[in-house]
Amino acid sequence: MTPVPFPDLLPALPEILLAVGGMALLMFGVFTGDRSSRPIAWLAVLLMLVAGALVAFGGGAERVTFFGAFVSDAFSSFAKMLILLGSIIAVLLGADQNERDGQARFEYPVLIVFATLGMMMMVSASDLIALYLGLELQSLALYVLAAFRRETVRSTEAGLKYFVLGALSSCMLLYGASLLYGFAGTTDFAGLATTLGTGEPAIGVVFGIVFLAAGLAFKVSAVPFHMWTPDVYEGAPTPVTAFFAIAPKVAAVALLLRVMMEPLGGLVDQWRQIIIFISIGSMVLGAFAAINQTNIKRLMAYSSIGHVGYAMVGLAAGTAAGVRGVLIYMAIYLFMTAGTFAIILCMRQKDRMVEGIADLAGLSRTRPMLALALAIFMFSMAGIPPLSGFFGKLYVFLAAIEAARDYPALYTLAIVGVLSSVVGAFYYLRIVKIMYFDEPAEGFDRSVAGEVKAIIGVSAVVTMFFFLFPAPLLSAAATAAAALVKG
Amino acid sequence: MATIGLGHYLTVSAILFTLGIFGVFLNRKNVIVILMSVELMLLAVNINLVAFSSFQGDLVGQVFTLFVLTVAAAEAAIGLAILVVYFRNRGSIAVEDINLMKG
Repeated sequence: MTPVPFPDLLPALPEILLAVGGMALLMFGVFTGDRSSRPIAWLAVLLMLVAGALVAFGGGAERVTFFGAFVSDAFSSFAKMLILLGSIIAVLLGADQNERDGQARFEYPVLIVFATLGMMMMVSASDLIALYLGLELQSLALYVLAAFRRETVRSTEAGLKYFVLGALSSCMLLYGASLLYGFAGTTDFAGLATTLGTGEPAIGVVFGIVFLAAGLAFKVSAVPFHMWTPDVYEGAPTPVTAFFAIAPKVAAVALLLRVMMEPLGGLVDQWRQIIIFISIGSMVLGAFAAINQTNIKRLMAYSSIGHVGYAMVGLAAGTAAGVRGVLIYMAIYLFMTAGTFAIILCMRQKDRMVEGIADLAGLSRTRPMLALALAIFMFSMAGIPPLSGFFGKLYVFLAAIEAARDYPALYTLAIVGVLSSVVGAFYYLRIVKIMYFDEPAEGFDRSVAGEVKAIIGVSAVVTMFFFLFPAPLLSAAATAAAALVKG
Repeated sequence: MATIGLGHYLTVSAILFTLGIFGVFLNRKNVIVILMSVELMLLAVNINLVAFSSFQGDLVGQVFTLFVLTVAAAEAAIGLAILVVYFRNRGSIAVEDINLMKG
């Protein structure tokens, strides 16, 4: 038996750092108890900043290690930066909030670090086994986070629902992976791409793709696998909901992009119909189901379903421009969502969280800056120029229209997208109307933590002035897309 | 004597997987049954992987199975833990009682 060479660890350095650091933080927390939840939160932020620096300075060159199971390229680096940013925001939002709710537990930042590690592994996966392990590491941490307020029925119910449906979706994904492995004879993405080729696939491969896509659609909460999203978003503690809406969503979309474009890239005609279907379904449901919601977290859940639908328009195009559009969309979505959830965290009356949309009434008179920031995010999510949300939609729709010359159904997709974004604008603008034209309700508590203020401010500035300096994001997304879609 | 081929294994696994899905969706009694159904689905996947691996003479499928088994154990542990905290709060694990939030 030939000795197996030791794999090169350098490409996976950020992940190794997070794994070791996360375990160290866990031990630190176990020995010092919940009174050190604040320092652990800051250490977790520091850890993820260092990991982000390692990702950034690791360069965009493609490096493969662990016998082809792990790849670090411009695409994974871009996705990892977004994921780390989202996780840092979630830790910052949670640290103060959990203390106010009497939930200051050191597990919160530790679980987020482990979930982040799982997400980074899954966007770097280049093998079905690595994909599954990364996805599960992420999911297991997220199940616990959803049930984080373990003495309330709502939070534990959210955790239970998320667990059952998440486990079901993992099973579907695995079944698809097993069929792909069986009919292609390999689990390696590069091997799958060459074996599957571009021709007419065997029926087993088609089934495999369908199951794989269904499992991933669960994770990005796309229609028809979205049922868990509103319940989990409403029941989970608000900082956790913010985390769910940002980082795992970006990671799952990036994973979907990689799986569809890399191993299944030659079979674009096979999976395009599936993506078009879930895209139209998500956009339309996101627009209509959100209209008569009264809870702002539920509204954000439907809004996030809609946003995933818009992002999928870019994937349905199946081109490098489409992938670039999706990446830009997710980056912009991250800032809008982070800012909105930071504002939701400020919705406290007499030291208790309120979540009703009606509680925002007259916010412009009691808290003008907060109302202005929320109005910016809502206008941006509705896609009104020159705010950043408009550009996110612009690039995915442009990519779809360009690709529609070869595949006319994409015209329909783009038209449905534009129409549903008009419908969606109704409920975003309704929030603005409630804030600016309704009689003031009881005002919110004035004490807002500095981190939360900073997150609102930075997100609002990025959302507002993105159109002045779009170049860095556009070029980074183009490089990342070029790394994924070769030739 | 008919020999048992790859098709037979795949059929068994497909039947088990379908039973698992029906177990998750049709069961109105108890969340534990849902957890068992999820395990059933994972085992169906394992049969698939081992059958493919054995008939192709490629070990990767069996390695995959070992990973799936490990993760399934961790998943069951977390699922039961969440179930226990839920039971403490609600006093019931009947599926029709999990209805505080309606979609």
